[in-house]
Amino acid sequence: MSRTSQPYLLALKRRKIKNNFMIGLIVLLSVLAVIPLFMVFFHIVRNGFASLNFDFFTKLPAPLGEPNGGMANSILGSLILITFASLIAVPIGVLSGLYLSEYKNDRLASVLRWTVDLLMSIPSIVIGLFIYTLIVLPMKSFSALAGGSALALLMFPIVAKTTEEVLKLTPIHIREAGLALGLSRWRVILFVVLRGKSSAVMTGVVLALGRVAGETAPLLVTAFGNRNWPKSLTEPTPSLPVQIYNYAISPYENWHSQAWAGALTLVTLIFVINIVTRLIFSKDGLSKSHL
Amino acid sequence: MEVFVIRSLLTASLVMCASIAYSAISINGSGSTFAEPIYTKWFSDYQKKNTSAQFNYQGVGSGAGIKQLLEGTVDFAGTDDPMKTEDAAKAKETVLHIPIAMGAVVVSYNAPIEGKLKLSGSVVAKIFNGQIKKWDDVEIAKLNPKTTLPSLDIVVATRSDGSGTTAVFSEYLSKVSSDWVGKNGKTVKWFTGSLGAKGNAGVAGLIKQNPGTIGYVELVYAKENGLAFAQIENKKGEFIEASNASVSASAEGVTKEAIANNFKLSITDSSRKGAYPISSFTWMLVFEKMPKEKGAEIVNFAKWALSEDAQKTAGAINYSPVPKEIRNEALKAIAKIKLQ
Amino acid sequence: MIAVFVICVFGFLIFYLWDGSLPILKIKGLSFFFESDWDPNSDQFGALPFIYGTLLTSVVALIISAPIAISTAIFLTEIASKRISKPFGFLIEMLSTIPSVVYGLWGIFVLAPFVRDYIQPVFTNYLGFVPFFKGPPFGIGIFTAGLILAIMILPTITAVCREVFLSIPVSLREGVSALGATRWETIKTAVIEAGFSGILAAVALGFGRAMGETMAVTMLIGNRPDITFSLFAPGSTMASVIANESPEATSALHTSALSAIGLSLFLVSLAVSGLSRLITQITKHRLAK
Repeated sequence: MSRTSQPYLLALKRRKIKNNFMIGLIVLLSVLAVIPLFMVFFHIVRNGFASLNFDFFTKLPAPLGEPNGGMANSILGSLILITFASLIAVPIGVLSGLYLSEYKNDRLASVLRWTVDLLMSIPSIVIGLFIYTLIVLPMKSFSALAGGSALALLMFPIVAKTTEEVLKLTPIHIREAGLALGLSRWRVILFVVLRGKSSAVMTGVVLALGRVAGETAPLLVTAFGNRNWPKSLTEPTPSLPVQIYNYAISPYENWHSQAWAGALTLVTLIFVINIVTRLIFSKDGLSKSHL
Repeated sequence: MEVFVIRSLLTASLVMCASIAYSAISINGSGSTFAEPIYTKWFSDYQKKNTSAQFNYQGVGSGAGIKQLLEGTVDFAGTDDPMKTEDAAKAKETVLHIPIAMGAVVVSYNAPIEGKLKLSGSVVAKIFNGQIKKWDDVEIAKLNPKTTLPSLDIVVATRSDGSGTTAVFSEYLSKVSSDWVGKNGKTVKWFTGSLGAKGNAGVAGLIKQNPGTIGYVELVYAKENGLAFAQIENKKGEFIEASNASVSASAEGVTKEAIANNFKLSITDSSRKGAYPISSFTWMLVFEKMPKEKGAEIVNFAKWALSEDAQKTAGAINYSPVPKEIRNEALKAIAKIKLQ
Repeated sequence: MIAVFVICVFGFLIFYLWDGSLPILKIKGLSFFFESDWDPNSDQFGALPFIYGTLLTSVVALIISAPIAISTAIFLTEIASKRISKPFGFLIEMLSTIPSVVYGLWGIFVLAPFVRDYIQPVFTNYLGFVPFFKGPPFGIGIFTAGLILAIMILPTITAVCREVFLSIPVSLREGVSALGATRWETIKTAVIEAGFSGILAAVALGFGRAMGETMAVTMLIGNRPDITFSLFAPGSTMASVIANESPEATSALHTSALSAIGLSLFLVSLAVSGLSRLITQITKHRLAK
């Protein structure tokens, strides 16, 4: 039809109305997406801030129902657990990622890659139960060891995957240069390839940390919980997420406010980790990888 | 940069661990959420004078506590429901049930009702069966002629975890209602439409936050949260409110029976005057043979818990002290614990 | 060497799950997954209520979340200026880093009362005759759990959709636009239809994540092993029952039943994420041509 005929103009009008409607709908829905985000932040900050005080960061939990007390032991416990988990997951994860990127065509490598992918899909509670059977029962005790191992199992696939992706991007001539200089393959991998991408690899590690810092379910059956300071790796260990959970489902107002304060602390910690990651990423000029 | 951060975190935590390392032995217990308030209070008091041990107790429900004791992942368990014979058979050593306190399971509610609500056993059984669905139901009104009842739906809150409190409550229901016979235990198949929450704390939270809700919790939790609870009709036809006195009345004259049953005694639906019908003991479960170091600490604590002072503290926070004769028998049983 | 170790650990895990599940499966066979009677007291175990709960909450989450997520992705890539889309996108990503237990906390104290006081009454008053909306307003239950899941999977779906849309060549949009299409028509053809398989992959990924969520769901679902039609009734999911009952399962059969549920949850999440990855691979190949 001609550009100025009646039917065309009519149809055009309809299309324009539909266009405005749909675009409006899209914008509306997008705004809708942001609302819960703001609400969650708002409440965490408002309620958490109100209960943050010096006690919270330095005191142990008070007997049930009594006022005051803090979550100091849980914060320390979480730090211990994350550190322990990293000590296991980082070396194994980085080396696995290395192996996968260098020997990508080996049969063993494919099996490993497959395993890493599968591990990513396991619900965290299942991993918790596995560690319970593997470590808690034989040891006859809940422990930071068990909790850290469960967290390590959760961190490992993320670290391995990121390392593999990052190292795959190393241009081949760097490897060839290393080999040309007479270095053995292993030395090339460790000293040349890895060193070049170390900050990107670290980013993967830090991202995995951020994810694991908030894990609750597996810790419920491995590290359990403790009202005292964590003293050794072979004892039940308190952690921030578990303590938040226990306090949230309790009926005590005082504990509820502490739960909010704990949530604020936890979320702040994770945010800091993520922002630090982003700053490093932009240095290397890589695009974001979504995990 | 990041490696530095991680390294310093590691060093910091190791240093903190080292500096905090006491020579105190850690004793771990878990189980009944009913007993959690008294355990944590007792530990706090006990540890002020005895620094050789550090106690940790997690309220995860009587069921979980027993399981963990059997698996050896905790040193003692707290339970309001005596171990079943099948479970006791799984234990490598004999398990001693030490009665450390008594308490009441109250029917607590959140509804705009003036004054005290009176409920009979059969009405309670019907409410928790889902048969009575509204607050202004005829049967409830009959027991409370002078009270205006709201026309709200009754929302029933129960325990979703294996609970000694549930065991006590359902056992009482099985004694007052034929519908409930054989259905009691640490877990109950509640009717569709009721809510489940974890621990006494969870149920108290549900009641507190939702108008129209009714549930069963230990007295301590109802009082701590300012929740209203009903007066229950006992075997003598009296409407009794749960209190230290009415709970103690349930345990009058049962010493002989208690000893005969190794302290595993149920005192629900007592026929004593002034007795609150949903009362129970709560026990600390320990093995009769324990390793020397930990065992000594546990024995000392248990003996202290049964002392006058400790029992008075319990009384002050809404737990009833264990009757003296029973306490003495329990101390005799504790003396027989072997430490190797 | 390390590879072997890792594979061994994983092998152990699978073996443990399988071995743990055997006792209950030997007794009941596949009917375990189709029966709805769950009574640990009398050693009766049927997993259907949890499968139902998991599927229902995840579906509710998807229905609420997917349109919003896709719209947000479209908004970020097609409509918003760089000045808006950068911080907006950043905010959405930050949303994805909040731990499950914190969502649960917010859910109990903010979302559940909100649903109970403002959303449920509306439904029961006007649509109460529909079995889906029956029941007294608890505030917690399948709907609220689905709602919090929707908030949690929103960033995932948005992020993947965004990647998909960004990878569609600009030339496609320009071409359609040059033919005289309105803004919406351009988006519809060049973005949505072109990236449809990617959108599917994103949705599948979100679905998988919703099914495996444990903490927030446990805190908001009411913990009842029942199957009810009403969206406002309490329920239970596979992940939440494992988290709730594992610490206290004393009978061997009970533990075995929970292992079986864990195994099936794993297999289902695997299937869904595998499907999503398959779709992504196909899309990549198609676009590369």
